[in-house]
Amino acid sequence: MLKTFSLGGVHPAENKRSANSPVEVLPVPPVVSIPLAQHIGAPAQALVKKGDEVKVGQVIAQSAGFVSANIHSPVSGKVAKVDQIVDASGYRKDAIIINTEGDEWVEDIDRSAILVKEITASPEAIIKKIGEAGIVGLGGATFPAHVKLSPPPGKTCDVLIINGVECEPYLTSDHRLMLEKGEELLVGIRLLMTALNVKKAIIGIENNKPDAIAHMEKLASEYEGVRVQPLKVQYPQGGEKQLIDACMGRQVPSGKLPIEVGAVVHNVGTAYAVYEAVQKNKPLIERIVTVTGLSLARPANFLTRIGTPISVLIEAAGGLPDDTGKIIGGGPMMGKALTSTEIPVTKGTSGILLMPQPLASRKPVDPCIRCSKCVSVCPMGLSPYLLMPLAEKAIWDRAEEENIMDCIECGSCSFTCPSSRPLLDYIRLGKAKVGQIMRSRTATA
Amino acid sequence: MSVVLITIVTLAGLGAIAAVILFLASKKFQVFEDPRIDVVEEALPAANCGGCGFPGCRAFAEALVKADDISSMNCPVGGAPTMSIVAGILGKEAGSAKPQVAVLRCNGSCEHRPRLNNYQGAVSCAVAAALYGGETGCSYGCLGCGDCVAACKFDAMYMDEETGLPVIIEENCVACGACVEACPKDIIELRNIGPKSRRIFVSCVNKDKGAVARKSCEVACIGCGKCEKVCAFDAITIKDNLAYIDYEKCKLCRKCVEVCPTNAIHELNFPPRKPKVEKTEPEKEPVA
Amino acid sequence: MNKLIVSPSPHVHSGDSVQKNMYGVLLALVPALAASVWFFGLGALIVTLTSVLACVLFEHLIQKYLLKKPSTIMDGSAAVTGLLLAFNLPTNIPLGLIIIGAAIAIGMGKMSFGGLGQNPFNPALVGRVFLLISFPVQMTSWPVPIAARGAYIDAVTGPTPLSVVKEGLAAGRPFSELTAEIPSYLNLFMGQMGGSAGEVAGVALLLGLGYMLIKKIVTWHIPVAVVGSIAVFTGVLHLSDPQAYASPLFHLLTGGVLLGAFFMATDYASSPMSKRGMLLYGAGIGIITVLIRIYGSYPEGVSFAILIMNAFTPLIDKYIKPKRFGEKPAVQKA
Repeated sequence: MLKTFSLGGVHPAENKRSANSPVEVLPVPPVVSIPLAQHIGAPAQALVKKGDEVKVGQVIAQSAGFVSANIHSPVSGKVAKVDQIVDASGYRKDAIIINTEGDEWVEDIDRSAILVKEITASPEAIIKKIGEAGIVGLGGATFPAHVKLSPPPGKTCDVLIINGVECEPYLTSDHRLMLEKGEELLVGIRLLMTALNVKKAIIGIENNKPDAIAHMEKLASEYEGVRVQPLKVQYPQGGEKQLIDACMGRQVPSGKLPIEVGAVVHNVGTAYAVYEAVQKNKPLIERIVTVTGLSLARPANFLTRIGTPISVLIEAAGGLPDDTGKIIGGGPMMGKALTSTEIPVTKGTSGILLMPQPLASRKPVDPCIRCSKCVSVCPMGLSPYLLMPLAEKAIWDRAEEENIMDCIECGSCSFTCPSSRPLLDYIRLGKAKVGQIMRSRTATA
Repeated sequence: MSVVLITIVTLAGLGAIAAVILFLASKKFQVFEDPRIDVVEEALPAANCGGCGFPGCRAFAEALVKADDISSMNCPVGGAPTMSIVAGILGKEAGSAKPQVAVLRCNGSCEHRPRLNNYQGAVSCAVAAALYGGETGCSYGCLGCGDCVAACKFDAMYMDEETGLPVIIEENCVACGACVEACPKDIIELRNIGPKSRRIFVSCVNKDKGAVARKSCEVACIGCGKCEKVCAFDAITIKDNLAYIDYEKCKLCRKCVEVCPTNAIHELNFPPRKPKVEKTEPEKEPVA
Repeated sequence: MNKLIVSPSPHVHSGDSVQKNMYGVLLALVPALAASVWFFGLGALIVTLTSVLACVLFEHLIQKYLLKKPSTIMDGSAAVTGLLLAFNLPTNIPLGLIIIGAAIAIGMGKMSFGGLGQNPFNPALVGRVFLLISFPVQMTSWPVPIAARGAYIDAVTGPTPLSVVKEGLAAGRPFSELTAEIPSYLNLFMGQMGGSAGEVAGVALLLGLGYMLIKKIVTWHIPVAVVGSIAVFTGVLHLSDPQAYASPLFHLLTGGVLLGAFFMATDYASSPMSKRGMLLYGAGIGIITVLIRIYGSYPEGVSFAILIMNAFTPLIDKYIKPKRFGEKPAVQKA
């Protein structure tokens, strides 16, 4: 019996069209735009100005607080300007725009493909290095990785969980990473284990990736304390709380972090980036991006420099299909609809999904028939049918009582609703408002 | 016969017992309330709009009775007349808030502000604003989902299908501020009604640089500063590439309207200009 | 290229729709309809057709002329109500009464509360109970199965097994003697007994439930809770005195328990939203049904039991919430 999480969940059509496309290295684009807000927390502060010469791997924007991250130049060339561009948020945000010239790297980066297995760094040195390298959660959440490696006082971690679930339909970047960079990934996991001082690591992989499970199991046998946990295909298994539940049977209490049950979760992409940062001294300047879609000519996985406009990736994958109705940054369940093809790839861009018409359009909204399907699929055991009208009518105190803040915004409710009601749209709004109210309450108390 | 009698006696008895219980309960649980609250509430317009900052007229009446100084409290619906009546009842000094009306500081109609995307989320400005900047290149302008219209309790707003913008019906607007509260983009502002309802204001809140703003919307304020220079009363300030007209200082001379290169400054309820001037004027926009 | 669509996530949809669910229920009712036509012939056809058409028509008229809203009869919900109403009527009932029942079901039971999804009570049952109270004679004359096939109003009528047993037990006769006067359990299960149009054939209703479970139109909670609680309650009574109380199997197979448990109690709008709530609601229906049957004056009690529990649904939803994630205490290592 395969393990999975205990409550709710859905199973959208997987459509992993690019699962068998090996990772290709995308050529360095002529211009990159690097938003300063690529992570959760304070936007980084630009260190360069117009006209500055930069090299690949050079810090161009500095972390602006504990929850923030450095940003490194993904290309070598000249800074064209520091200006506002429309990024994935749909708003104009500060960004550094660099015109590429050649491909000159900072000298102390080890660009060879030699596997460095031996771990020499101390836990503190590893965490410091991860912070310096600007590594954030590469699964899409973009939470600065070094913060998660520093448990709050009084809390200890006993298991590291590595998220290789990739429960989002269409996306295959983590899948390819596990197949092609398994050894490096495992060294990265060992580094994270050292940093956290834990003896056990579990790699959770859904069993729609049997090749990845087999490959990782074979490799992991040589790494003490690391094991692979095959999981039943069920969305949203990649959610932190769901994955901990699935792998360990521990449920993180409401409003608490995974550390409460002694677990820390990192994505496989993050673990690989940690390997590169610590063993190869290479900061986070590129990532694997799945470019896919039902009518795309050549769905692919590209190793892409941060800041590359998505139009370049789409072109490399066979060009934008005529019937494209929507472009999504990330997966179809939690990804963000993008407003144009000029938006750059950022640290959190796990995929570019092109949705053809008419799939891209939402269906007309019908009245709620109280079928209770949203309640059945909610992985957090909430009542979306109730939360939506509460948020719509701005009844924030009731929404808080109904635990709106527990929502992980997985979208299972909206996905399932036979009446196509925009449940999550309003619940997300309600979460923002209730969060605001709760913060102002603790501030005044 | 006796059945009828018994019935009458029983019911009358029950009624009497209930009456006694009610009487005792009302004595025992009586809450003292300042009788002036009722009188003040009578004087208020009973619109329960919340424009005064209190949840309903009753709460406002309680607050008025309780407050030592009511000069800073105002009922936007009743305005000065109502407040002076209330002040008379309470023997306090009424404030001198000028009557206001809501204005829409965005003129990015479909024609002026080309749509670049097609929004399909929940029909709510709040949801759309949390998602992205809007269907057009302007991330400050009206999203057109009508949260303000839904918030208006006085039938003073409607969505103009043609322009995609809400319209404020001045006669109905009581300046309760519900729409101002509802708008996630802070486009709607309460401004003094002004003499003969004449008002001049910048119908734009775009803080992008001039070129960017102009590209996304034909009638955007580009922060060029021409209005600031031409204003003889220091009523106009430019901040973050955006002009703002202080309605307390504005003398309604209309010079700024003439110099604005993008027609972002609007004048309301002025008589038509002399024909000579009118030629250079663009067609009057459907404004709110 | 067209303008790119922008919307909040999720960007995919399961493809489920109101229509799919409603037509799914209709399809699930087809076996019962076939059984009904087999046993009651012409009468079943006339009653079903009239009821469905009348319900759909009333919904259309009310939406179009009274509410001045676009008509939504194509969503199939009115047809479901019509079919369920027909299934709860005897097959020799006059046309006029069906139409009155349909008007009450749609007009009072559904549209007056705001239409689809807003009705606090099961509309078909509202119509049925209205008819039962207003026209008790017509509503309790039951055509004899198979024998009444060719006839409609003038069909040969006879008592239902439930009334035979109820009257017999009330007269002090032992249950074992009464079983000789009613069809065998197998015949009861196959539906060869007097009763409402759609309630007789347990086997057909079970087929329908199976279809709905596979298609995930309903979950098992309510049907199992209703059937289970009736079985347990009557089982305890039967064991305490096998002659004074009928057997659980007899109770389950007669008087529309299965139709009620599978199709009426599971009505989306009038049943609770959480799994725990559904179990409680189902158990409540079962217990009230048995109470009415054994201690009340009606031989049959499912309709009333469902309507009573419908009234408790908002209360159940308020106090019985779904099981939350993280509800079980966190396992913190020592």
